[in-house]
Amino acid sequence: MTTPLIEARGLVKRYGTTDALRGASLRLLPGEVLAVTGPSGSGKSTLLHCMAGIVRPDEGEVRYGAERLDQAGENRRSTLRRTDFGVVFQFGQLVGELTALDNVALPLLLAGTSRAAAHKSAGTWLERFGVLGQAGLRPGEMSGGQGQRVALARAMVTAPKAVFADEPTGALDSLAGEQVMTALVHAARESGTSVLLVTHDAQIAAYADREATVRDGVVETEDEPAAEVTR
Amino acid sequence: MSTGNVLLGLLAAGPGHGYDLKRRHDERFPEARPLAYGQVYTSLQRLVRDGLAEVDATESDGGPERTTYRLTERGSLTLRTWLGEPVPPAPVSAANEIFAKVTAIIASGFGDPAAFLRLQRAAHLARMRELTAVKTVAGAPLSAVLSADYALTHLDADLRWMDNAAQRLGALAEEVTSA
Ligand SMILES: Nc1ncnc2c1ncn2[C@@H]1O[C@H](COP(=O)(O)OP(=O)(O)OP(=O)(O)O)[C@@H](O)[C@H]1O
Ligand SMILES: [Mg+2]
Repeated sequence: MTTPLIEARGLVKRYGTTDALRGASLRLLPGEVLAVTGPSGSGKSTLLHCMAGIVRPDEGEVRYGAERLDQAGENRRSTLRRTDFGVVFQFGQLVGELTALDNVALPLLLAGTSRAAAHKSAGTWLERFGVLGQAGLRPGEMSGGQGQRVALARAMVTAPKAVFADEPTGALDSLAGEQVMTALVHAARESGTSVLLVTHDAQIAAYADREATVRDGVVETEDEPAAEVTR
Repeated sequence: MSTGNVLLGLLAAGPGHGYDLKRRHDERFPEARPLAYGQVYTSLQRLVRDGLAEVDATESDGGPERTTYRLTERGSLTLRTWLGEPVPPAPVSAANEIFAKVTAIIASGFGDPAAFLRLQRAAHLARMRELTAVKTVAGAPLSAVLSADYALTHLDADLRWMDNAAQRLGALAEEVTSA
């Protein structure tokens, strides 16, 4: 059996008296696109945050290779989010003062890439997501869908091992949503990036290789991995 | 949708013999069930009988005789009327079968309705993945994309209904068992 890229086991997360997660387990395999679906409030975003090292669970473990993300300190987790993981949320995470091009180039600049190389790469990713025409605009000057594509370009620009996307098409109409998904899945397949995709929309989930459903803070069903992913 | 109306639509593009019309249809709607030649032939006879189509020419360049048909004035009017009317909004029968099974599972006690709905969801999603693969293949013709989209949106509607039902199984069980 394939060794998971990231594995969550028995995650528990409480917010006050709310149990957001109550023993959730999930495996994200190398190179796969995994859809996480389930009712509103069931714990999907919390699970994504724990697996991306954004939030630490109260109980349970998150393994990334030999590392325990649930035990890693804030510094280590934020480094990983810059180098190994890309994250896309439903709303605004772009830097408001920067243009689309600079937003996408930012993670590369932070990693020490030269300005020219970072901008070149950023331009390529904007083009792949169909927003090169918006390169010079700031987030406030773009439509929700354009901003979302820029955010995906920024998540992919560092060639991460995994991208965590929480409702990345939530603000888009269905045609724009499909374009974004086609671009994301294609890019992920090409670079071997795993994608954990939280969505309400079954038509979006159908772009993924597998589906896991969350209910009341636990993973209720998780599709079996297809016989050895071969690509 | 009667084969007659479909043939009128195909003849509007120009005269053709039976096999031509079948081929035009099957090429334009690759995801649809292919027209059966026998059905095309009998429908053409009926269109001629009703004065909606007529023989355009009979040719036999060496091979067997082939009759080409064309639209009549009346056929063209019938087609215009048909195209101007909305399609009756019929409920999708597949969803009814899902509902029938859920109800029967509750009534008979044979199995768990929630588990059945999970199984059905997995089957629907597997089919949706296939259709998504069909339409996202590079260079897929728009007709294939739109056919796949039609199926995808209907399957999606079933899934929404199933999510809704799954959250209300307790109340449904009370209603079914108290009846
Ligand atoms: N930071 C927080 N503080 C307090 N409660 C929270 C917090 N984050 C999540 N919760 C609670 O935890 C539960 C799960 O929330 P979560 O955001 O994971 O659900 P979700 O499945 O992503 O829902 P949605 O589909 O609506 O986005 C909810 O009851 C929510 O109110
Ligand atoms: Mg959420």
